[in-house]
Amino acid sequence: MIPASFDYESPKTLNEAITLLASREDAKLLAGGHSLLPAMKLRLASPALLIDLGRIGGLDYIRDSGETISIGALATHAAVAASRLLLASSPLLAQAACNIGDIQVRNRGTIGGSLAQAHPSADYPAAILALDANIVATSQSGERVIPAHSFFTGMFTTALRPDEIITEIRVPKTAGSGTVYKKFHHPASGYAVVGVAAVVRGATGKIDDVAIGITGVAEVAYRATAVEDALRGKPASAIAEAAKHAADKVEALGDNYASGDYRRHLAQVYTRRALQEALSSKRK
Amino acid sequence: MASNGKNNGKAKANGQWVGKRFKRKEDPRLVRGISHYTDDIKLPRLVHCVFVRSPHAHARIASINTEAARSQPGVLTVITSADIEGLGMIPCAMQMPDLKIPAHPALAKGRVRYVGEPVAVVVAEDAYTARDAAEMVAVDYEPLPVVLDIEKALQKESALIYQDFGTNKAFTHAMKSGDIEAAYKKADRVVKVRLINQRVAPTAMEPRSVVAEYLPGENRLTIWASTQIPHLLRTQVAIMVGLPEPAVRVIAPEVGGGFGSKLNVYAEDGVVPWLSMKLARPVKWTETRRESLMVTIHGRDTINYLELALKKDGTILGLRAKVLADMGAYHQLLTPLIPQLTALMLPGCYKIPAFDCEIVGVFTNKMSTDAYRGAGRPEAAYDIERIMDCAARELNLDAAKFRSKNFPQPREFPFTTAAGLLYDSANYQQSLKRALQLAGYDKLRARQKAGWKQGKYYGVGVSTYVEICAIGPSAATPAGGWESATVRIEPTGKVTVLTGASPHGQGQETTFAQLVADQLGINPDDITIIHGDTLAVPYGIGTFGSRGTAVGGTAVYYAVEKLKIKIAALAAHLLGAKPADIVIAHGRVGVKGNAKKSMPWGEIILAAYTARSIPAGFEPGMEATHFFEPSNFTFPFGTHICAVEVDPETGEIKIEKYVAVDDCGNVINPMLVDGQVQGGIAQGLSQALYEEMVYNEDGQPITGSLMDYAVPKAAHIPEFILDRTVTPTPVNPMGVKGVGEAGTIASTPCMVNAVCDALSPLGITNIDMPLKPERVWRAIAAAQAAVPPPAATTAKSARTARRTA
Repeated sequence: MIPASFDYESPKTLNEAITLLASREDAKLLAGGHSLLPAMKLRLASPALLIDLGRIGGLDYIRDSGETISIGALATHAAVAASRLLLASSPLLAQAACNIGDIQVRNRGTIGGSLAQAHPSADYPAAILALDANIVATSQSGERVIPAHSFFTGMFTTALRPDEIITEIRVPKTAGSGTVYKKFHHPASGYAVVGVAAVVRGATGKIDDVAIGITGVAEVAYRATAVEDALRGKPASAIAEAAKHAADKVEALGDNYASGDYRRHLAQVYTRRALQEALSSKRK
Repeated sequence: MASNGKNNGKAKANGQWVGKRFKRKEDPRLVRGISHYTDDIKLPRLVHCVFVRSPHAHARIASINTEAARSQPGVLTVITSADIEGLGMIPCAMQMPDLKIPAHPALAKGRVRYVGEPVAVVVAEDAYTARDAAEMVAVDYEPLPVVLDIEKALQKESALIYQDFGTNKAFTHAMKSGDIEAAYKKADRVVKVRLINQRVAPTAMEPRSVVAEYLPGENRLTIWASTQIPHLLRTQVAIMVGLPEPAVRVIAPEVGGGFGSKLNVYAEDGVVPWLSMKLARPVKWTETRRESLMVTIHGRDTINYLELALKKDGTILGLRAKVLADMGAYHQLLTPLIPQLTALMLPGCYKIPAFDCEIVGVFTNKMSTDAYRGAGRPEAAYDIERIMDCAARELNLDAAKFRSKNFPQPREFPFTTAAGLLYDSANYQQSLKRALQLAGYDKLRARQKAGWKQGKYYGVGVSTYVEICAIGPSAATPAGGWESATVRIEPTGKVTVLTGASPHGQGQETTFAQLVADQLGINPDDITIIHGDTLAVPYGIGTFGSRGTAVGGTAVYYAVEKLKIKIAALAAHLLGAKPADIVIAHGRVGVKGNAKKSMPWGEIILAAYTARSIPAGFEPGMEATHFFEPSNFTFPFGTHICAVEVDPETGEIKIEKYVAVDDCGNVINPMLVDGQVQGGIAQGLSQALYEEMVYNEDGQPITGSLMDYAVPKAAHIPEFILDRTVTPTPVNPMGVKGVGEAGTIASTPCMVNAVCDALSPLGITNIDMPLKPERVWRAIAAAQAAVPPPAATTAKSARTARRTA
């Protein structure tokens, strides 16, 4: 498993990294390396320059910013999963993070790296979408805030420009809502065959608002808007019927492990179960 | 852990050390990562090689252009089949009357027949250069029709992999006993099932690796290899490269698992030494994980047609089987042997008056199959244990009672089976009883019935297995069924044991030390086990076929017994006693009934070396060698029970309980036996649930990385409830049977039985492995389309609408 040859830089500051990124077209950013390095070893990716972000300090924070929680792009999945701040005020991201890969992957992989990779079966996108989070990208021309709904544009593609680096993720607090991330793990890769992230706000059996992000089914994670529309202002008893629309108008992906039809079916079942769980786990 | 079996053998089960949970002597160096595997070997002037492999499953090689690769700085040479005319073929050790053995060159000559077949090899100063240059080797292929499906391969219109053979059939083999036609006539019912035992990849943690160093001045070739069979490899490589065998030394350093996949001689094992001889430099090759999945042998891959003829009361009258086995494109060392072990073990632990079995080996454009943990026996156990369940259901009998009804009684042992084997000793009833008890079988059945009424699908799988171990008498094996041991008590009194059975994770450094410690009355820490170096160890065979302790350990046992006679002779001389009265115990050698007459262990041993006062005819020194030839195989057995719940909405399977009661005869180290059973069950469950080597319609392996090929992780495997019964074997003096493969053999049918049992109200009788949730979901959906859901029906009406998913 030997990659093709490449140049390597390890900038100490964000500015240096941005300058390096702008200077080369065939450069790739290296954060945790748990997606990029295997791809390079299999020679599926052969960047001419690797810019290692690992030496840049101060980008792995998780902090309270009032209405939102701000997460530095280099925060590891393990840090997100264990963050008391997130678990208390916006647990969905932590619920998704603790389902990523295995312990080694969670200790090395970063939230920024995972979002930039935009793997169609990654866990974070479902949660990021359901939370209406914002992604902050930084380049030589400054910061740009990209809302989750316009960030994921396709399989392994995002709204990031070639000269931009993800620097921060901002997630709203979800006090008063129940959140659940429900995942069907691929037995080999650990990726989501289907992952459903649900945020449900409601009281005494009535759903006031709901947001559902689904990963693993289509080439890009999506919001199950048909289910959401069918549930707003409705009683909990509407969940079973509404969940059947979890994969409406979605072109489902299939592979050797799980066909498109099966993923579509799983999306419906897991959406129903996630919503029921979220409603019953709702925080006061 | 209760060893509650009745000891019906003569051997002593427990000693001061034997029978104890003694910690593995191997582990401190392994868990700290300070030991050495083949890839850790670093030699001055070492060069590296990378194999260029076929991207086609079947193609003619029109041309190979190596110039660009050759001209890269740092590249020493690029070799193709034209350059290795002198290198011998890759060996197949099997001989059978109609066996077709295709020529198997180390580098493809004119044609490639599976994806990954080596076509060229690039040697460079470093692995990076070799890898880059390998991409520059330009091979012009003309694709040919691909043969993948073994049933289609046997049809007249199929393309041929070997034109000369005129068929894709590699061999046929029949085995018969009793009158099968009469059995069918007498039968009230004939139960039929077609089972697929899918192709799996052994996936040892350490991939294969070979380092070869040829010293032209000394004419000496040293090979370090991640192998299970250093001596057999030495013989075969010496033949392949044309060196006299004494000039070749094979060392198996730390070997990170094999599961049968390193019980072989591969192309790389011949090419790397050959390169070292040509270049007069040491050469290293280490397999990538991708290569490991693609070009290390695969296991299983059979299609099995089974028919069981029965009386209404559940008495078995006859078993008929046809097994089609995928050989892959070439025969590796033992490829055609594996399905024969299936045929031999098909009757399982049952009395079967008539048996008719045909096995057919078939060539396909895939990697060769060969021995993988259990090697033919898991397939047999799967076949018989699955059809036993199907039959129980069809006759409306309890799965456990039906099995028990057809067991031979303990007094019937040694028992001759329908396949002609002589089972040594067993008490199947006792093992089944204990497992049922531990599982809470009756409660599980009650809950299952109640569950069905609520739309819950609980299932209970039973598997009463028997396997063939301690392989075996030489007359029944292709390469000698004996094992060697040399035991040397050094002048300091410390003991060196040289075993021909080269372990690779089994723990012989510990168990053999326990055994010898008891025999000589010394501490296991004073005993060192040496293995895996052909220069140090007498010619040996290996640990495969769960033979390490039962055959290798017995060789050690007898070598020590020879030394005890010698010690007694010397001690009798020095202490003025009769040899028959000498007692060797607790670090001293003394005289029976005379506490004053004794010598410390160290003194008596030193006296054998100083040899100043020795009896007449006494040979100085203290070393003995024994080559042990077993009189029979051993036949461990047991009962596994698994309780599952199947989610009818998604097809997901939850393992709720797993009970294993195994009987491997006497136990030297219960902790190591538990470890073998646990690892074996994990591997067997993994075949049932996760693993499958999948090729697409072009013959491309599409489960080519561990991102796609699912090996079990800790989170996939439940906690096991383990117990043992102890039925010693009369075949060896220690009464040990072998346990390395038992878990793998028992657990696969146990899991599939449990899932099919859970879904039986829907009329589902079989789902082929692996039981991927989607497959289970589809089977449920298809059955539900045919039968109303169970809440609205009775078990009886469902049974009338049976279907195979």
